Amino acid sequence: MGLFDRISEGLARSRDRFKEQMNVLLDRGPDLDEGFWDGLEETLILSDIGGGAACEIVEGLRDTAVRKALPDAYAVLDLLNDRIAETFATGGEGVLSGGPAVVLFVGINGTGKTTTVGKLAKEVTDEGRTVLLGSADTFRAAAIEQLEAWAARSGVEVVTRERGSDPASVCYDTLERAEAQGADLVLIDTAGRLHTSADLMRELEKVVGVVRKRSKLPVFTVLVIDATTGQNGLSQAREFDRALDLDGVIVTKLDGTAKGGIALAVSHELGLPVLKIGVGEGLDDLKDFDAHDFARALVGDFDERG
Amino acid sequence: MLESLSNRLQGIFSGLRGKGRLTEDDINDAMREIRMALLEADVNFKVVKSFVARTKERCLDAEVLDSLTPAQNVVKIVLDELTELLGRTDSKLVLSSRIPNVIMLVGLQGSGKTTAAAKLAWRLKQENHAPLLVACDVYRPAAADQLETLGGEIGVRVYRGDGQDPVRIATEGVQDAIDNLRDVVIVDTAGRLHVDEAMMEEAEAIKAAVKPDQILMVVDAMTGQDVVNVAAAFAERVDFDGVIMSKMDGDARGGGALSIKEVTGKPIKFISSGEKPDSLEEFHPDRMAKRILGMGDMVSLIESAVKVQQEEIEQEQAERMMRANLNLNDFIEMNRQIRKMGGIAKLVSALPGGDKAMAAGQVDEGALDHMEVIINSMTKAERERPELLNGSRRARIAAGAGVTVPEVNQLVKKFNETKKMMKRFMPAAEEMAGGKRGKKGKKGRRRRMGLPGGMSMADLRKLQDMMGE
Repeated sequence: MGLFDRISEGLARSRDRFKEQMNVLLDRGPDLDEGFWDGLEETLILSDIGGGAACEIVEGLRDTAVRKALPDAYAVLDLLNDRIAETFATGGEGVLSGGPAVVLFVGINGTGKTTTVGKLAKEVTDEGRTVLLGSADTFRAAAIEQLEAWAARSGVEVVTRERGSDPASVCYDTLERAEAQGADLVLIDTAGRLHTSADLMRELEKVVGVVRKRSKLPVFTVLVIDATTGQNGLSQAREFDRALDLDGVIVTKLDGTAKGGIALAVSHELGLPVLKIGVGEGLDDLKDFDAHDFARALVGDFDERG
Repeated sequence: MLESLSNRLQGIFSGLRGKGRLTEDDINDAMREIRMALLEADVNFKVVKSFVARTKERCLDAEVLDSLTPAQNVVKIVLDELTELLGRTDSKLVLSSRIPNVIMLVGLQGSGKTTAAAKLAWRLKQENHAPLLVACDVYRPAAADQLETLGGEIGVRVYRGDGQDPVRIATEGVQDAIDNLRDVVIVDTAGRLHVDEAMMEEAEAIKAAVKPDQILMVVDAMTGQDVVNVAAAFAERVDFDGVIMSKMDGDARGGGALSIKEVTGKPIKFISSGEKPDSLEEFHPDRMAKRILGMGDMVSLIESAVKVQQEEIEQEQAERMMRANLNLNDFIEMNRQIRKMGGIAKLVSALPGGDKAMAAGQVDEGALDHMEVIINSMTKAERERPELLNGSRRARIAAGAGVTVPEVNQLVKKFNETKKMMKRFMPAAEEMAGGKRGKKGKKGRRRRMGLPGGMSMADLRKLQDMMGE
């Protein structure tokens, strides 16, 4: 199964809806009239990429359409496709699929950090690497049990402490154990916190600081963001990036009807590569990200148009 | 982002205010800006569209444009329409007469259902109900553990059942409530993406099995444009009664969640903001409208400011009393506080034996007011330092207050006696305040020592005797 197919499968629903809307547009005829541009803007806004960004994209396309004398709506949609794909930041290969590393997962409450760590553990173990999990979410009730359940499913070890203990100390333990065992990849789940909570953000800064200081392996921080998040996602990403200097983003819950347009905004504005996308609840539902595929899957590709 | 948005809206409005007259173009520009601002706040696109159309129409009304303060009228219309959008009236949680009452919570994954369930239970417990939490999320690892832990923290019983069949757990949960004399059952269901047919059917099955009196949908304030699709699907399948907006302590403006009212007609009942169980508040549409517009939640702000100010005054006063360094301003303050609490009559009657004293005519309601009139005729310096009051000053005050000099003398005498009395029983009060320190003293506040704090009935009677004669 090709890369594109795998993502398409996960994004099928999103794509169908997007395409449906695009088809409504296209039914108006391929003329580039006011109705088309308004409709295009609406479609983009509804995908959560943001009012400003949608406006910008539409204005840009409009300009290009006039300058290049584009014949019809199809040509514009082609351009749109490329534009969306180009807007994503690139890089980030070294985080999850490079050499040995320590990766911390951060984000607000309920975005799916623990689940993502669980799925990643499975995927990476399947690739034959040695994985160790650290449960630094000592705050949320049952977060440790949840991660333990995931660890059991993929058969990896997890370092825990009782609820309420210092997350930094869990990380310390995790790193020591990782060194003793010679683990390839250390995945640390942190407690969800709102980016507006100054105290909790400072705590997280401390945790990451401890890890960076202690670890002999390179340390990465990854923001986990929920595809249903609206424009607030940008504010989240900004705050986490300011505090922790993020290395990448993982977008979860893309199997719903939400289009995850916020990923585009976050990736573009903060220059953060999208590392993975979560498209389901199954153990294998964490997929690789490819900007062109993402854009294509979102807009719908050419052949299916006519 | 929040700040820039709020600034932008204020910019729009102040731009309009700067103009004496508004033209149609001005309104069009402003509406374009408002549209963008609302979209940035995640209000649903379709809702924004109709909102802007409605507002624009009203603003273009000749009466608005030709009025003396067109800009203010525009701001008012926007606020008005926004309040309309959110719902005119506060929508409270009303329990039906059925026992046990069943409240079912539904929502997407990670929206905060389990936390909201615990908060709701805590709130009901505060209102003297005996809630039972039922853990029907059998899918997410450790979801039931989470509920059990939270339930343990707030002292609410949690029913877990066999952890296999959600419908059976729900039904057994209701029976468990009956067996254990619980009057409200809160059913926490599994989170779902609404596209998940199996999960939706399960929610319907639970609904059919326990026939909930209320179904509340928990919605994350940060959700974007997609939320209306989700809400519409839930409304169609399980027909919820109201919404709990979660994660309002962030800087999200909750525009998506707010669109739900417009799209489904279901009101927002609570907003949840924080990790602690007491952070579930009732929703006030008018205040939220102002928050969205970046006008600040003035009412809440004023409410808390007033409270703080009062605390400051009380603290100062309490400290002065501690030093038995009473002045005449304290007299007035005491009088006002007594009036605020419903007058001396109510205060006395609320004390043990007070009703009897009232009936015996021992209490003169007007005495305090009379005193206040005299004190009001004094200068600031005189109020702060009553020892300044010499013969000519007393004559002046008497003339100013429309009383005789002996009456002023009497007041001064009463004041001195009260001061002496304070000195006598303050050491005892100090001890008491010292004991309470552990709790209140941490915040640097002392327990209020004025009326009716540290006084016994006898003390009050004494004071009353001195005042009323």
